[in-house]
Amino acid sequence: MSVTTYELNHLDQLESEAIHIFREVASEFERPCLMFSGGKDSIVMLHLATKAFWPARLPFPVLHVDTGHNFPEVLEFRDRRVNELEARLVVASVQKSIDDGRVIEEKGPRASRNRLQTTTLLDSIEENNFDALFGGARRDEEKARAKERFYSFRDEFGQWDPKNQRPELWSLYNGKIRQGEHIRVFPISNWTELDVWQYIEREEIEIPSVYFSHERDVFSRDGMLLADSEFVERSEDEELSRRKVRYRTVGDMSCTGAVESEAENLRQIIEEVSATRITERGATRADDRVSEAAMEDRKKEGYF
Amino acid sequence: MEFLRFATAGSVDDGKSTLIGRLLYDTKSIFQDQLESVEATSKQMGNEYTNLALLTDGLRAEREQGITIDVAYRYFATPKRKFIIADTPGHIQYTRNMVTGASTADLVLVLVDARHGVVEQSRRHAFLASLLRIPHLVVCVNKMDLIDYDEKAFNEVKEEFRNFAMKLEIPDLSFIPISALHGDNVVERSEKMDWYKGSSLLHHLEEVHIASDRNHIDARFPVQYVIRPQNEEHHDYRGYAGTIAGGVFKPGDEVVILPSGFTSTVASIDSYDGPISEAFGPMSVTIRLTSDIDISRGDMICRPNNQPSVGQDLQAMICWMSESSALVPKMKLVLKHTTKSCRVLTTDIQYRIDVNTLHRDEKPDSLKLNEIGRVSLRSTQPLFFDEYRRNRNTGSFILVDEVTNATVAAGIIVGSG
Repeated sequence: MSVTTYELNHLDQLESEAIHIFREVASEFERPCLMFSGGKDSIVMLHLATKAFWPARLPFPVLHVDTGHNFPEVLEFRDRRVNELEARLVVASVQKSIDDGRVIEEKGPRASRNRLQTTTLLDSIEENNFDALFGGARRDEEKARAKERFYSFRDEFGQWDPKNQRPELWSLYNGKIRQGEHIRVFPISNWTELDVWQYIEREEIEIPSVYFSHERDVFSRDGMLLADSEFVERSEDEELSRRKVRYRTVGDMSCTGAVESEAENLRQIIEEVSATRITERGATRADDRVSEAAMEDRKKEGYF
Repeated sequence: MEFLRFATAGSVDDGKSTLIGRLLYDTKSIFQDQLESVEATSKQMGNEYTNLALLTDGLRAEREQGITIDVAYRYFATPKRKFIIADTPGHIQYTRNMVTGASTADLVLVLVDARHGVVEQSRRHAFLASLLRIPHLVVCVNKMDLIDYDEKAFNEVKEEFRNFAMKLEIPDLSFIPISALHGDNVVERSEKMDWYKGSSLLHHLEEVHIASDRNHIDARFPVQYVIRPQNEEHHDYRGYAGTIAGGVFKPGDEVVILPSGFTSTVASIDSYDGPISEAFGPMSVTIRLTSDIDISRGDMICRPNNQPSVGQDLQAMICWMSESSALVPKMKLVLKHTTKSCRVLTTDIQYRIDVNTLHRDEKPDSLKLNEIGRVSLRSTQPLFFDEYRRNRNTGSFILVDEVTNATVAAGIIVGSG
């Protein structure tokens, strides 16, 4: 007879914690939804949610805030995955927010729709009466996110007040809200980038091809490699070159940088992530470079 | 790999953030871009050396005032363990965050400034760690560099702390002399303190034994969610989803369901990855029973010969966390315990505890922010609970204000009636 030690390894503990939160929210909220970007964290979230309610289908829809500047590979992936799971997809379009005059498109070579997403997201929350939104943010990503709760309260303006957060004790979550308020829920708060990759490998989760090394026309800006696309204006001295790159994070094409990499499979990605000396957002996200507190400021406004 | 979750506590300027910065830096868990950003900010703020505290103090107000406002979670790993740090602020007005950070911790690390010795905050933190029954407490006597690495001074702090801790229940208490600023005894043993024969802080954190701290004896399964697929393939499927809160469950186990008292047998323990032969805390699973019984969220599945207390009257230690209100007798609040929520009435405040002297102030009028006391509560529905000292999951609860929806208290069950 084997002796059970009753110990769970770190991935099992993290998975169990996340599943607990998915079920808690599905029990206590009327209209939750899962924010899905097509990035690896939200793909892991979708996988965890599937596990939490198996053999039943997801008891909530999937929400994609579409900037219109997506990687085509990621959109294709999104549609296929949602189909397989027979999930309901809600798309909130930044282009529509622009067309409706809700937001004004930034101009110039550094224009990005990153900040505009907040309005599109908040409008969609109001329109659909969502009261809980699952997000794939992790506390190791960024210093403002290190202060997040699993249940993060947002007032009727969608704002986050870091100085006035509800204390979160044991695994007891307070999801009480009034009409118009909502909770952002972060089931993978305690995961690190490495945990996410190890979990993707263990669970054999499919991810979009842009995460693996491939050849692409890129140019250098602020120390980042941006892809050549119709969404980014290049200046004359920003010359294109063909390089072997991959993405560590996947967001909007206008503000997500690639890293030079030879990593063609998960094993090689995990080795690369274990050895890297630069954070994923530091390496690849122009949106966090605006200022020391760029993420905090956007989060207060209602960003993811 | 195994996790160790620990909380850090200390007074303002004890160097807590610096210590965490040091742990992250010396275990190479800090990335180059983070370090560069901290170096640049340090320079801009006119600091002489790279201020490692800036690594953890992420919010604007924190950087401006040089303080930590809220619990920040940090992650690092060594080849032996993965660590989650809950970095909690030492300000008196934010002490509730210490309770928050410690509620999920296996270990608490208290920082004491070697020059000032044991202060009110250190006593408070030690008391809270013992109240929350964190089995392991490590006292880091910091800023040893400022007292010439003096052994005598270290021993005095140790003595003073021990005297206070004797009145508390702390199963495992250790002392380590450190300098967070210079890294002495943080990752490597310091050459400047050859009189200290113990291990470095990191070594201690890697080796401390936590596997036996969890309750694997009393089988408790609070039903969280009922899974009913209602599709062709799984037409009659009815599974009870939840997280094991204590003990071990196996297919074939005879079980009793509370509050109904019906008995049944575990048919299978399901997961997406296939059936599970043994489920234990903190696994999230789905249990199916052999018989059709009406079971819903808030019910508890346990063993007939080992049942929790069932009742509507609770004795609890309460830590009040609201700035804008106070706990008074005859107050109505919402209680959340395991997967159950119901209204409660505070019937009596028996005493308030002075965290410095541990003196009991009998029959106080109220409990205010950061005050701790023993309270009697009556709930509108029966609760299924254990004493907190027996099981952290079934012995803890929170109280929520019905008007503001704020979480106003943390509760620890000490008995029934």
